[in-house]
Amino acid sequence: MQKITSVNDFVVCFANTNGTGSASANNLFAKSIFRMGIPVSPKNVFPSNIQGLPTWYEVRVNDKGYLGRRGGVDLMVAINPQSIAQDIKLVSPGGYFLYDSTKPLDAGLRRDDINLLGIPLTDISRREYTDQRQRQLFKNVIYIGALSALLDMEFDILKNLIHEQFKGKEKLIAPNIHALELGYQYARKNFDCPLGIRIERRAMVNNHILMEGNEALALGAIYGGATVAAWYPITPSTSVVEQFEKYAKRLRVDPGSGKCNYAIVQAEDELAAIGVVVGASWNGARAFTATSGPGVSLMNEFLGLAYFAEVPTVLIDVQRSGPSTGMPTRTQQSDVLLAAYASHGDTKHVLLFPATPKECFEMSAASFELADQLQTPVIIMNDLDLGMNEHFSEPLEWDDATCYNRGKVLSETDLEDMKERYGRYLDVDNDGICYRTYPGTHPTKGAFFTRGTSRDRYAVYTESSDAYVDNMERLLVKWETAKGYVPKPEFRPAVKATTDGIIYFGTTKASAEEALDILSEQGVHLDAMRIRSFPFNADVDAFLENHDRIYVVEQNRDGQLRTLLINECEIAPDKLKALCCFDGMPVTARWIIDHVLGGGKATRPVLAIREVKA
Amino acid sequence: MTYMRPEFRHPDLPVNDLGYTRKDYEGAISTLCAGCGHDSISAAVIQACFELAIEPHKVAKISGIGCSSKTPTYFLGKSHGFNSVHGRMPSVATGANLANRDLTYIGVSGDGDTASIGMGQFTHAVRRNLNMLYLVENNGCYGLTKGQDSATSDIGSIGKKGTPNLFEPIDLCTLALELGATFVARSFSGDKDQLVPLIKAAISHCGFALIDVMSPCVTFNNNPNSTKGYEFVRDHIAATGKTDFIPVRKEIMAEYNPGFTQEVTLHDGSVIHLYKNDSDLDLHDRLSAIQAIHRCKEKNEILTGLLYLDPDCEDLHQILGTVEKPLRDQDEEVLCPGSKALEAINESLR
Repeated sequence: MQKITSVNDFVVCFANTNGTGSASANNLFAKSIFRMGIPVSPKNVFPSNIQGLPTWYEVRVNDKGYLGRRGGVDLMVAINPQSIAQDIKLVSPGGYFLYDSTKPLDAGLRRDDINLLGIPLTDISRREYTDQRQRQLFKNVIYIGALSALLDMEFDILKNLIHEQFKGKEKLIAPNIHALELGYQYARKNFDCPLGIRIERRAMVNNHILMEGNEALALGAIYGGATVAAWYPITPSTSVVEQFEKYAKRLRVDPGSGKCNYAIVQAEDELAAIGVVVGASWNGARAFTATSGPGVSLMNEFLGLAYFAEVPTVLIDVQRSGPSTGMPTRTQQSDVLLAAYASHGDTKHVLLFPATPKECFEMSAASFELADQLQTPVIIMNDLDLGMNEHFSEPLEWDDATCYNRGKVLSETDLEDMKERYGRYLDVDNDGICYRTYPGTHPTKGAFFTRGTSRDRYAVYTESSDAYVDNMERLLVKWETAKGYVPKPEFRPAVKATTDGIIYFGTTKASAEEALDILSEQGVHLDAMRIRSFPFNADVDAFLENHDRIYVVEQNRDGQLRTLLINECEIAPDKLKALCCFDGMPVTARWIIDHVLGGGKATRPVLAIREVKA
Repeated sequence: MTYMRPEFRHPDLPVNDLGYTRKDYEGAISTLCAGCGHDSISAAVIQACFELAIEPHKVAKISGIGCSSKTPTYFLGKSHGFNSVHGRMPSVATGANLANRDLTYIGVSGDGDTASIGMGQFTHAVRRNLNMLYLVENNGCYGLTKGQDSATSDIGSIGKKGTPNLFEPIDLCTLALELGATFVARSFSGDKDQLVPLIKAAISHCGFALIDVMSPCVTFNNNPNSTKGYEFVRDHIAATGKTDFIPVRKEIMAEYNPGFTQEVTLHDGSVIHLYKNDSDLDLHDRLSAIQAIHRCKEKNEILTGLLYLDPDCEDLHQILGTVEKPLRDQDEEVLCPGSKALEAINESLR
């Protein structure tokens, strides 16, 4: 039988049961490969459940640096009897299947085209440990030890990671290392080590980090000066505020008094969460909330108010598969239209689309600047894939010369020196952005009434049609101004001149770039543009103008970004070819290549899918 | 509905401790119906803030949607105001208060805004013990949409539409008491002598202060068969007693009858006196307040006055342990950990 052979280029999948402590063991595996200098990309595929259901952890190892989801499994570590029948089918021919051989593998499941690696994990841990919970936990560590032998990983790295992980709980170090050794020894004794697939030390990591996007967003909020966070728990956004709290406790406690330079409110629902943000921002603090699609739906009314009343508002949307509860633990980019036009009436909102943890950090910090300067909601469009998985990323950077720019806010002195009447909605600078005052600034000047109902330039209530139109048109002037403030798209020109283009955004970046390299080798050349923000600026218009056929890759059913481009850039729809992957799994390079080669004729998203299937 | 208000004020208008006259606390002219109870409440807020000598711009007025929520325009014109979203005033007030703990927060809501669409937010603002005055201008109906029954309307009460309300009313005071509110009072818009000291005490209280004010809707719910009209409320009112608010350092001159008086000192040193009509009511005992409300209800009476007060409570800022300086005034010096700390974080992620 043929064996898959590869150095530093393969996919390992761990099939576990959730709630059994497998996550930290599997994380140890990914981290040790990273420590060997090789780019790695772990992805959790988990159920909406706390204990007892199947969960997978898919690790792509790739020393070329391609870290989008690849698809296919070269080595399956099948620990979960519930899913074993399905798991064994996922292994590519010539691949490897590591399973718990305490009970013999069901004859009906056996495959002759893959390499079976039976290790009696339950037996070993039963023999070595008496406590029931320990038996379960160490079983996970034992298979990591076995993998280190099978894949030729450096054992010392694993040992060091154990030491780091249990710093402060030193008595757990020895039993963990013992468990690693048990697995290692068993594999050495019973199999030809290493397998055809193996790890070889490289120097490709440099100063990169492994970080979850949600954590980077939280840290960006710390650095960006957010002091008020309000939230309601919802997968996959929950870790944003949890991480914010973790870092705030470390970095935001006043050393003298022990008091907090932050306030976090777990609100009664998402409506309240964004209400707190609007109230805090109105009163001059930098504030944010994090949620997912269903939460954004609930926040719609407040988003309209914040747009119309011009209150800076930062909202982080960690997208998941919808509609309704959809698949709450699977990824998607399906809130694009919801967020862009959230609320009733004529509204549109600034969106930011991060693609890496570094960009999460930067866009999160920048969102507070943008919101303050534009006096409007800014929505960061993260997704589950980036938010809840560790991504290989350039390190985070901060310029210590940075001063917060709070935008057009009048101080007590400004008001004191002001000769003319203050008007909250007077467009003094002709950029559509007017001057705010914080409550309590000046005894007699600058007070105004904020409301969702129409008002004149002096914030006085009016139902005059002229005043209403005047205000709504000024908001469009501000929208034009915003185009100069938001991050520009990232371009990746083809190696050969072409009139074909491809557009993608957010987490599609990794797979799209890999697909473009492979397509280019096959003679298919595409100029690429990664959208990083909405409103679309002139660069986006130019790209659309300069290409005859443009694929738009996105992780939703209806081609939402494509719709937004058609609508906002007044582009002929048939120019934009929709490539929509929406099965809840991160899109792969293979999928993009197949669809560029095969599905390019369809213009409407659903047709594109059907044609490919046919 | 007075569209003209004379600008002239007597040159010798009394001034408060800060040198402001009552006029400095007034707002725009009300556009509510003539005789609306809400206007009397606005006048009481103006009087209370004047007497307390609060700097007129150091107040933030926040409301939801409805007739009641319009009223912040009609008082304290030198303060910022925020007319937000229906039923969501408590969350906006929470955020505003967290941003700057140094202002006085006055939230104005109605019975629809609080007891129906905003019930969730109301209850959770109580739980958080947000330091604010929460005024409910309670008229038992939806005025701005022309008189539908609200959730505080009594069973059988008949408004202008002529059909009796069929559903149980929600009593916001007993609810707030159950939820742990630290200051609970009920009043009547027509009883300024009672309302003004209650508002002063509520503003001085460091925590969540609810005043549920019966405030008749003259247009849609002032019929003989309505239990929220002027006539019914006047005829069926009972009071816990007479409340006096004595600011810090002022001598207490009143004579009182032992056993029927209760004195509560607030965190800032000011004192509240209740000259009780009911000796069974103990201002520090939630249960006695709930029982007193129920006893009156059985007699078809509306119990008004101060019902409960916990002067030693911790407000949201104290619970969260936030710094004394308002969060909104902190800059990058304090808030941004800098590149060195970031490099250490990077290192921990390798």
